[in-house]
Amino acid sequence: MFSNNLSSIEGVSVYAIISLIIFVTFFIGITIWVIKADKNYLNHMENLPLENDNQDITILESNK
Amino acid sequence: MDVEKFSYDNKIVRMFIIATTIWGFVGMLVGIIIAIQLYLPELNLGIQYTTFGRLRPLHTNSVIFAFVGNAIFAGIYYSLQRLTKARLYSDILARIHFWGWQLIIVLAAITLVLGITTSKEYAELEWPIDILITLIWVVFGINMMGTIIKRREKHMYVALWFYIATFITVAVLHIVNSIELPVSFIKSYPVYAGVQDALVQWWYGHNAVAFFLTTPYLGLMYYYLPKAANRPVYSYRLSILHFWALIFLYIWAGPHHLLYTALPDWAQSLGTVFSIMLIAPSWGGMLNGLLTLRGAWDRVRDNPVLKFMVVAVTAYGMATFEGPMLSLKNFNAFTHYTDWIIAHVHIGALGWNGFLTFGMLYWMVPKLYRTKLHSIKLANAHFWLGTLGIVMYAVSMYWSGITQGLMWKEFTELGILQYPNFLETVLQIVPMYIIRSIGGTVYFIGVCIMIYNLYMTAKLGDFMAEEKAEAAPLLKEKEKLRFGLMHRWLEKRPIKFAVLAAVAILIGGVVEFIPTFLIKSNIPTISSVKPYTPLELQGRDIYIREGCNNCHSQLIRPFRSETERYGEYSKAGEFVYDHPFLWGSKRTGPDLHRIGGKYSNLWHYLHMEDPVSMSPGSLMPPYPWLLSQNLDLSTTPSKINAMRALGVPYEEDYEKFANEDLRKQADKISEDLMNNGAIVEPDKEIIALIAYLQRLGTDIKVNADKTK
Repeated sequence: MFSNNLSSIEGVSVYAIISLIIFVTFFIGITIWVIKADKNYLNHMENLPLENDNQDITILESNK
Repeated sequence: MDVEKFSYDNKIVRMFIIATTIWGFVGMLVGIIIAIQLYLPELNLGIQYTTFGRLRPLHTNSVIFAFVGNAIFAGIYYSLQRLTKARLYSDILARIHFWGWQLIIVLAAITLVLGITTSKEYAELEWPIDILITLIWVVFGINMMGTIIKRREKHMYVALWFYIATFITVAVLHIVNSIELPVSFIKSYPVYAGVQDALVQWWYGHNAVAFFLTTPYLGLMYYYLPKAANRPVYSYRLSILHFWALIFLYIWAGPHHLLYTALPDWAQSLGTVFSIMLIAPSWGGMLNGLLTLRGAWDRVRDNPVLKFMVVAVTAYGMATFEGPMLSLKNFNAFTHYTDWIIAHVHIGALGWNGFLTFGMLYWMVPKLYRTKLHSIKLANAHFWLGTLGIVMYAVSMYWSGITQGLMWKEFTELGILQYPNFLETVLQIVPMYIIRSIGGTVYFIGVCIMIYNLYMTAKLGDFMAEEKAEAAPLLKEKEKLRFGLMHRWLEKRPIKFAVLAAVAILIGGVVEFIPTFLIKSNIPTISSVKPYTPLELQGRDIYIREGCNNCHSQLIRPFRSETERYGEYSKAGEFVYDHPFLWGSKRTGPDLHRIGGKYSNLWHYLHMEDPVSMSPGSLMPPYPWLLSQNLDLSTTPSKINAMRALGVPYEEDYEKFANEDLRKQADKISEDLMNNGAIVEPDKEIIALIAYLQRLGTDIKVNADKTK
C-alpha cells in the first residue's frame, strides 16, 4: 500500500541482512555449546525441579 | 557443611491462586456476555457502560492481566522459591506486588466501563494506571531477582530463564508503548501518530502475546509438567536451544500484524520470515513438553493434571503453527479482520493458558493444603467440558472467519460485489456467534466446577503457610569463563544473564525501530490533509470512549474487493495527525475510513439513535445517550495544546478561539439536522461525533474535487 516509505533510507536492506547474520551466528554458537555440554551437569539440571519437595502427596490417592 | 533451615512462603502463593480464580470467573463471564451481545445487542440493557465497545477491552484485559497475570505470579512464586532453595527475597514486596496488582485490575475495570481508554489494544489503560503498572512490575522484578541472587542452588533451572526474560521484556514493551502526553488526569494522547503509532502498538501487541502469554507459561510448563509427571524434562539441551531461539526470534515478528500497511516490503518480509522461523523453537518446546511424558502416557489416562497439561501443550503447538501461517501475506489477506483471528487467539487463551493454569492449580492446591483433591471425577468433568467448549468455540469461529473472508471478496460474473451490503455478511454468521457463546458457556461451567472443587479441597485440608526446608548455603567460588562452560557460567550469574536476555530482545526491537522512527520524515505528505477541527477532535474522543474501534476498522487495504466496497485505499499520509491511530484489527462492522460524506447528517443521527432504523437487522447497539449528553467544552483548550505539543500545526493561541470555531461548526450541523426534521441542540455529543464521522477519509478528496 504505502510501499517505498523507507526506500529513501540509504541501504535499508542491510538491516535485514545484519539481523539474519546475528541470529544465525548466535544460534550456531548455542548449538555448539549445547552439544558439548557435560552430561553430569545436564543430569543435575534436569532433576532440579524434582528435588526436595513433599512428593508424597499426589492428588490421585483421593478416590482410590 | 552447615545446612541452613528456612521456610517457603506459601501464603503469597495462595493469595495469587485465589485472585486467579476470582478474576478468571469475572473475565470469562464478561466474555460470555459480549459474545451474546454480538447477536443480541439489547443485552447491554440500554446502559452506556455495558456496550460491547466498552466491555470488550474489559474482557481482554481481565483475562490477560488479571486471570493469566495472577496465575503467572502464583506459579512463579511457588516454583521460584523451590528452584532457588530460598524464601522470597521480601515478604513485604510480595504483598505490595499482590495488592498493587489487584488495585490495577480494579482501576482497570472501573475506568474501562467509564470509557476512559487509550484505545490501543491490550494497552487501553490510561496514564496514571500505566505508571502504577510500571511501579508494581518493578516491585515484582526486584523480588524475583533478589530471590535468585540469594539462592542456595548454584544453577538457574530453565524455568527461571523464562521468568527473567518475561520480566525484562514486558518492562521494555510496556514503557515504550505507553509514552503518552497527559491532557488531563484521565486522558492522554500517544506521542506517536498514525503509521508510527500503529507500528509501536503492534510491536507491543505481538510481544505482549509472546512475553506475557507465552514465555512465563513455558517457564511454568518446564517446572509443573515434570513435577506432575514426576520425571525430568525430556531434553535439557533442547530447552536451552528452545529458550534462546524463542526469545531471539519472537521480538522480530511483530510486523506480521501490519501486512499490506505502511511498513516497507523488506520489513513485512522480515516479520513473515521470522514468524515462519518461530515454528522451530515453538515446536521444539512443545515436543520437549510432550516427550517428557514418554513412557508415562498410561498415567495421563487417570491423572487430570496431566490431561490438562497435554491438551495445553498441544494447543500451544497448534497456535504456534497457525500464527506463522497467518503471517503469510496471501493467507493474511484472507483472514485479517475476520473471526479466524478470534479462533486463533482463543486456541491460545482457552487451550494453552487456560488449561495449563487449571493443571497447575489442580496440582498445587492439594499440595498447599497437604491433602488430596476433593474429587477426581469433577476434575475429569471439568476437563471434558473445557475441551468440548474449546472445540465448539474454535470450529464456529473458523467457520465464521472463512465465511466472512469469502463473502467479502466474492464478485459476480459482471465484476461487481456479490454482497455489496456488509450487513448480509454479518447476518450470515449469526448462527456461528450463537454456537460460540454456547461453547464459551460450556467452558465457563467447567471453570465453576473447578472453583468448587478447589474450594472443597481447601476445606478438607490444612493449609501449610510456612513450608520448612533446608539446604546448604551457596559457596563463593571463582570460576574461569571458558567457552565450553559458558552457559553454566552464565547460569550462575543472574544479573549478567538478565542483561544478555535483554540484549537478545533489544536487538530485534532496535533493528525494527530505527526504521520506524525514521518513517516519520518519510511519509509522503499530502498537502490537503489538515488537522481536525476542535469539534471533530472532540468527536474523535467520543469515538474512542465508546470503543468503536473494537468493531470497525479505519484502514482500507489495496484490494479490489475493499476499494469497491469502501472506496480509495488508505494512504500513510492521511494519518499524520492521528494520535492515536484507530485502524482497528477486526471488522465486526464495516470499515469506516471513507465514511465521511457517504451519508447525510440525518442518517448518522438516526443510525446512532437506533441502528436498525437505517440498517434493518443491524447488530450494532443503539447509542441514545449521545443525543442527550452535553459535550464537555472545558477540555477543548487543553486538547488543542496537547496536540500542538505533539506536532499538530494548530496556530499559536488557537486554544483561545477553539471553542468559538467549535460552536460555529456545531450550529451548522444542528441547523442541517433541524432542516431535515431532527431537532437537536448543537451542544450535544452526537453533533461532535457526526462532525468526526463526516470528516473521516475526506481530506484526499478535497484536491480531487478542486481539479475536477
